[in-house]
Amino acid sequence: MIPILDGYQLVVPRSLGEALDDLARHPQSRPFAGGTDLMVVLEAGHLPAGRYVSLQYCRELRGIEAGTSGVTIGALTTFTEISRSALLARDYPLLGLAARDTGGVATQNRGTIGGNIANASPAADTPPVLLVYNAELELISAAGTRRVPYLGFHSGYKKMNLGEGEIIGRVILPAPLGAAAASSPSSAASAFSRKEYYRKVGTRKAQAISKVCFAGMLHVDAGAIQDVRIALGSVAPTVIRALATEDALRGQPLDADTVAAAERTLLSEIAPIDDIRSTARYRTRVAANLLREFLTQGK
Amino acid sequence: MTTNCTLNGRRTSLQGHPMSRLLDAIRATGLTGTKEGCGEGECGACGVLLDGALVNSCLTPLAHADGAAITTIEGVATGQMLHEVQEAFLECGGAQCGICTPGMVLAAVELLSRTPEPTEEDVRVALAGNLCRCTGYMRIFESVLEAAKRQ
Repeated sequence: MIPILDGYQLVVPRSLGEALDDLARHPQSRPFAGGTDLMVVLEAGHLPAGRYVSLQYCRELRGIEAGTSGVTIGALTTFTEISRSALLARDYPLLGLAARDTGGVATQNRGTIGGNIANASPAADTPPVLLVYNAELELISAAGTRRVPYLGFHSGYKKMNLGEGEIIGRVILPAPLGAAAASSPSSAASAFSRKEYYRKVGTRKAQAISKVCFAGMLHVDAGAIQDVRIALGSVAPTVIRALATEDALRGQPLDADTVAAAERTLLSEIAPIDDIRSTARYRTRVAANLLREFLTQGK
Repeated sequence: MTTNCTLNGRRTSLQGHPMSRLLDAIRATGLTGTKEGCGEGECGACGVLLDGALVNSCLTPLAHADGAAITTIEGVATGQMLHEVQEAFLECGGAQCGICTPGMVLAAVELLSRTPEPTEEDVRVALAGNLCRCTGYMRIFESVLEAAKRQ
């Protein structure tokens, strides 16, 4: 349906500096990236009227760069760019998988990683992966730059800890877990294993918004779980890191008792709801099944 | 506001609110091959190429087309010569009612531009954002694979 645009303004700065100055002068303005979420909300008649600032021409916020302590992804980098990055495929393979599961090609060509975070949906596809990789965010405003852990950035349903005039500038992925251990002489190849897992469960493989999304990374040495990180989408008001479940797993042998205990813990730390896409009961069951698959697949 | 772009190879000025849909601005020029299906980025009927990349024109604000080269279904053929994808859709029965066809063709054109020899899986992935309610998809997939052979 053709949207009615009375009361809406979209300004289009030509650079990052111009955009930040504009946001500082008009702190009530909201950033607008690829539009793949906001235009849907606009057409549904639910986008709050007001002033929006397009970040489309902030070229400084595009691209993927390797640094000394990890990889930096500009917030305006599209899902297509992420899924085609050989660097990300090598060191952070789950991110490309999640990017390829986000909408179809047309959405991936326009949708951005920063927009996926700032839309603050609990059902977003890349945020669970960012949690598993211990991502940090570089938040920028005309006043300066600050770096925060992504864990804890969302303070509630559709809420996030962004200041006035501040936008998500970059996503920083620290060096991958286990990279040092894998190359150390003490870890014999036969005893050491590292696994990464991503699975989105939706109504269909493409395009669907998730019913449950699960990302995990597991690092086993000599039969015991050395480290584990687990994050889920669509099971709580925000994407979550399952920290209690991780605690229940860390240091334990990877056996049936451990898996059962982890499942019980997971169910105590998620809070799925009934909504248009699924039910709390289904989501609970699927979350437990995904945890089991993650822990036991390929074992 | 005026948005200057290249539409099917021609310099064009599109008029409209910067947040209005590229879809509506394109159709207002008389190029009605670009269809509105769902109006929420689910069906792909409004697909066009923006600087060579497939986008849903219903989710693209007009301001983001400034300076861009846009190709709609009307710009896919070269004069009277249909594109291989269009020929293959005709011959393999890839089109029925026609609403999804422009988006399907553009999605296929984008795929073949970066993957000239796609597998069936590549085709399925590339067209996953395009819904068809007539064909059951198999003839569309065959059409794209046939077009790849002819290129």
